[in-house]
Amino acid sequence: MKRIILSMVLVMFSLVSGQANAGLEIVITEGTDSARPIAVVPFKWLGTGAAPYNFTEVVSSDLIRSGRFKPVALHELPSRPSTDAEIENYSEWARLGVEAVLVGSVAEFAAGRYEVSYQLIDPLRGQITGGLSEYIKDEGLVSEQDHILDGRTSVVLDSQFRQYAHRISDVVYEALTGERGAFLTRIAYVFVEHGTRLPYQLMVSDYDGENARVLLRSPEPLMSPAWSPDGSKLAYVSFENKTAEIFIQDIYTTEREKLTSFPRINGSPAWSPDGKKMAMVLSKDGAPNVYVMDLASRRLKQITDHWRIDTEPKWTPDGKSLVFTSERGGLPQVYRVDLDSARIRRTTFNGDSNLGGIVTPDGKGLVMVNRDSGYYHIARQDFPTGNFQQLTQTTLDESPSIAPNGSMIIYSTMHNNQQVLALVSMDGRFQARLPSKAGDVKAPAWSPFL
Amino acid sequence: MQISKVIKASIMALSVITLAACSSTSDDVSASASASTQAGQATTEQGVETGAADRILTPAEERARVREQQQQRYADLRKENVLYFDFDNASIRPEFAEILAAHADYLVRNPSAIVVIEGHTDERGTPEYNIALGERRAKSVVDYLQSLGVNSSQMNMVSYGEEKPVVRQSNERAWSQNRRAVLVY
Repeated sequence: MKRIILSMVLVMFSLVSGQANAGLEIVITEGTDSARPIAVVPFKWLGTGAAPYNFTEVVSSDLIRSGRFKPVALHELPSRPSTDAEIENYSEWARLGVEAVLVGSVAEFAAGRYEVSYQLIDPLRGQITGGLSEYIKDEGLVSEQDHILDGRTSVVLDSQFRQYAHRISDVVYEALTGERGAFLTRIAYVFVEHGTRLPYQLMVSDYDGENARVLLRSPEPLMSPAWSPDGSKLAYVSFENKTAEIFIQDIYTTEREKLTSFPRINGSPAWSPDGKKMAMVLSKDGAPNVYVMDLASRRLKQITDHWRIDTEPKWTPDGKSLVFTSERGGLPQVYRVDLDSARIRRTTFNGDSNLGGIVTPDGKGLVMVNRDSGYYHIARQDFPTGNFQQLTQTTLDESPSIAPNGSMIIYSTMHNNQQVLALVSMDGRFQARLPSKAGDVKAPAWSPFL
Repeated sequence: MQISKVIKASIMALSVITLAACSSTSDDVSASASASTQAGQATTEQGVETGAADRILTPAEERARVREQQQQRYADLRKENVLYFDFDNASIRPEFAEILAAHADYLVRNPSAIVVIEGHTDERGTPEYNIALGERRAKSVVDYLQSLGVNSSQMNMVSYGEEKPVVRQSNERAWSQNRRAVLVY
């Protein structure tokens, strides 16, 4: 296997947190009426002095951002219980209209280690059973606390507080929606810090923009980061050698290899769901066409062959097809190619043109950039009904990427002449902007489950 | 910055040489004129002015002069190395034909010279689609130069798509300046 570990003449690496200067913050631009009320009670600190960490703040933010939940204001809470046992009256919580109550406590376990306990309670069920439901099983009366939807106790290092808070959010989200939470996932993106020696930066952060790390800084553009299915590597396009080349970089070890350097375009890398192949765009033989490379043998297979532009290949979740943007019909539209039969079908017909299509994790929808009357918006189209919905009202939207649980889309848009990242829920009801401090933030890629 | 200074300096030097050449062509005439300089001064006092007729050039000299003028014009034109394009379009606009002719002339006369043609787009559309569109712009410049006799081995293409705008704004004026091809030697 041809494996080139590149010297770092022009390009500096950094995994040091101190260098992360492109932190993001969430600004909610549009709320949602469908968000369900939930009570997040501040966890009780069982030690002396100030509490070591505010878990509930992180959990509340996560739940708001999901677009599915609306934590009630703290001053509306009837009391501050830390366990189910401390709840005296379920009906006053039920009257709040909340679907669930999250309570918990934090105690010092050892130096730097803390015991965090929490319970998620259904107040309506609690009101009915009085906190104890009884039923007959195997000729005996069994008592059960089925109003407690979930509850756990863990010992957590103080350095992992934030991560554990996201874990709690995942548990709450899954208990209440039946879907896996995506609060412990990450995003990769490109940050451009204009006017510096190495303006182009490949970044990885938590999904909420926290813990941003610089993976690569370059004097020339970086594009199109794509996650390996195991979440350990990124493929991306770098112009560091004054031409487009595809690189693969391990996000933990910084180990880096050049995958392709064909003449002209080397672009739009996309890992297959099994991680064994890479779809890409090459124009070495003329027009930009879609190719698939077998990563072990480095053998290339040409998938499309058209004299007009074919680009932006993305795999369907079953790994059997690719969707891609093509100009073969005149204006750019999203097409789908079956890899076995090589049969190509056009899939988008709404508006002037459609680009950058990605298939949703359940395979039942296509998210794309829709151009209509000169505006570029993120839109969703369902298979096989063809139902079409414009999801965003922002301008110049591009580079949509879907959370692994299919709940949200992150994309890049313009705000005050600056490229910023924004989130929109899959139904378009909840939208949030993630502004950077200074510079352009673009090409977001949502990680798989980690 | 440095390079453009050098170019400016060499242009200046060139024009000085050209001027010197002009005056030297009239030397044989001015030889006798200089002999009568003192007389000339005297005549000036009397309010008369002398003039010289243009010397008739041989056809060879005429061709050389025309060529020299064209070279000078091409050298000036070659300072222009950016071409602009219409939205979602890669056609060479007629106003850039002469600039490309100047570059083609240079490349044909200097077969060892290599030019990189960069293709750029405005920010509208998706980044990877714009990479393809930028390459189409670079390609139409390459095809145009090739039609003027430039060897394809002298030309390399790179598309930066929307990644390197010259004007970082979202309006029609900025976009029209960002949709461009740049010839880099």
